[in-house]
Amino acid sequence: MNIIVCIKQVPDSTQVKVDPKTGTLIRAGVPSILNPYDHFALEKALEIKAKTGAKVTVLSMGPAQATAVLRLALALGADEGVLLSDRAFAGSDTWATSYALATAVKKIGQYDLILCGQMAIDGDTAQTGPGIAFHLGIPQITFCESIDANGSQVVVKKLIEGGHQILEADLPVLVTMTMPHDYVAKYPSFMAAHKAQDKATYTWTAADIGADPHKLGLEGSPTRVDRIFPPPARQKGEMFSGSAVELADKFVEILKKESVIK
Amino acid sequence: MIQISANCVGCGKCVSTCPFGALSLVNRKAVASNACTMCGACVSGCPVKALSLPATGAAKKDLSAYKGVWVFIEISDDGKTQKVRPVGFELLSKGRELADQLGEELCAVIIGNNIQPYFTELSQYGTDKIYAVEGPAYARYNTAAYANAMVTLIKKYNPSVVLYPSTYIGRDLSPRISSELFVGLTADCTGLSIKEGNLIQTRPAFGGNIMADIKCPDYRPQMSTVRPNVFKKVVTTPNRMAQIVNEMISVPAEASRVRIINTHMDPPAAGMKLDEAEVVIAGGRGMKNQEGFNLLETLAGELGGTVGASRAAIDLGLKPKEQQIGQSGVTVSAKLYVACAISGAVQHVVGMEHSDVIIGINKDANAPIFNVCKYGLVGDAHQILPRIIEQVKNAKK
Repeated sequence: MNIIVCIKQVPDSTQVKVDPKTGTLIRAGVPSILNPYDHFALEKALEIKAKTGAKVTVLSMGPAQATAVLRLALALGADEGVLLSDRAFAGSDTWATSYALATAVKKIGQYDLILCGQMAIDGDTAQTGPGIAFHLGIPQITFCESIDANGSQVVVKKLIEGGHQILEADLPVLVTMTMPHDYVAKYPSFMAAHKAQDKATYTWTAADIGADPHKLGLEGSPTRVDRIFPPPARQKGEMFSGSAVELADKFVEILKKESVIK
Repeated sequence: MIQISANCVGCGKCVSTCPFGALSLVNRKAVASNACTMCGACVSGCPVKALSLPATGAAKKDLSAYKGVWVFIEISDDGKTQKVRPVGFELLSKGRELADQLGEELCAVIIGNNIQPYFTELSQYGTDKIYAVEGPAYARYNTAAYANAMVTLIKKYNPSVVLYPSTYIGRDLSPRISSELFVGLTADCTGLSIKEGNLIQTRPAFGGNIMADIKCPDYRPQMSTVRPNVFKKVVTTPNRMAQIVNEMISVPAEASRVRIINTHMDPPAAGMKLDEAEVVIAGGRGMKNQEGFNLLETLAGELGGTVGASRAAIDLGLKPKEQQIGQSGVTVSAKLYVACAISGAVQHVVGMEHSDVIIGINKDANAPIFNVCKYGLVGDAHQILPRIIEQVKNAKK
């Protein structure tokens, strides 16, 4: 069985700050991490590997420094890593990104199961997984909390509004994973990271995967930014400062004034 | 890379607008670094129009052939009873406004089994037409079956706009369709309007405290997803019956590759659901830990409310994702909203700003949250909350 996990390097959202003047993120000095949803998806792939002996390939798209998330994945137990890196991919929205990743999957060739995080925390669209599945012409199951696979089928627990479903699907299939809120990502030991140094990573360009240049980057991206603007300014309300006791009493006074309590 | 023409006067305005910090001034001219993602955010802000994205050779379609604002109507499905999810009515109400501005018709698209009972209510939101795809094979949501039906209809009738609820189903279905049609799809929009014939899709973007207008000028239909409770439902045609267009579309064989084994609904939550709660006590990253959130739970209990969290607190694992308030979470409109140690990034604000009374508690007097608060308390929520809880308990005695 061959599993491909699509992963993305993102800024660590728990450490970014916003520039109060411009409203943009202060990116300098913020560490990059493996997107947590992808981290979870990778761990699920490695659990299937432990059970079935599957081969796990990780695939990412990004600048050269994104190799770091491939190396992390290899240290955690993935077998091979592929990075798509080329200025031709710059300007890609989710349409062009999913086309590029699907084209790379076809070049990798052998696959039974594709796992993705449900979304990247720096975009929140949840569109790339379904896009990859479409371009490969395979079914998708999105927003899954758990997955079990054998040689021909997967069984997943998928979130639905107000509950969940258990579904089964024939391979090949693409599954996007969502992690439980108390999920703590596993990191490799120093020894594991050291041992994984010999594992292979490949960097491919747009030409390497034989992608149609009209479907990459800006040209493959239907969406455009018309303008960006600061959130509309509003009237500031009444402000209070003082000791904790004074503020607490003020709060209770407000609750009474607004008839929340008597 | 973004293209910078000789017109650049070196005013530096673009430097501060770049969400990726990719622009700088060198010898009083703007210069883009490798960090440029060609997002285009800087283009419209340049006072001398010196910035542009490289021209693409995208074949121009005849866009005039695309007419009509469509709303995908989702049926809630707990495996037993079915009803139209209210977000469908909210999207029809917004869709009516857009259709009026475009001078086009508003259409609901509903896929399912035994769907006729919904037609009367669906007609009340100014709906001109209902496209109905019916059959036992559509009784439960299936990605391949529904995507095939939607793509077939869109290719047959060429709408200019298609709106989807940003629910588990809408977020599964819409990217499958946009991929097949090679059109744009903008997730979790907080505003929709028409400008120069294009759908302007407004949403917080680039992770910071910035709003962006997204458009798809060269592609049709233009597609968006919108979270429940973002738009208000407004009955405009209480006595109208929309024209019903029944479409027979067979289910593709590949639909059977994914099969539902069973469906489990969560037992009704002990507290009130966040989007229906009248009192919401919300905590941010500054609540730090579970003890901090326990204070919020206690206060919410005393006031008959429920607890929510900002994205930052969710990312720290302090609350499950379902309790996230904001653009990519739940939108609330509470009678009382208390924001504790929440800085007030726009992603959060768009999900709570329609609440009646908003009280903010934050150590930082300049925190943006205070811009939307009726009352702002500058102080440490960890120190203030215990006494508030005590006082509220006393007041109830």
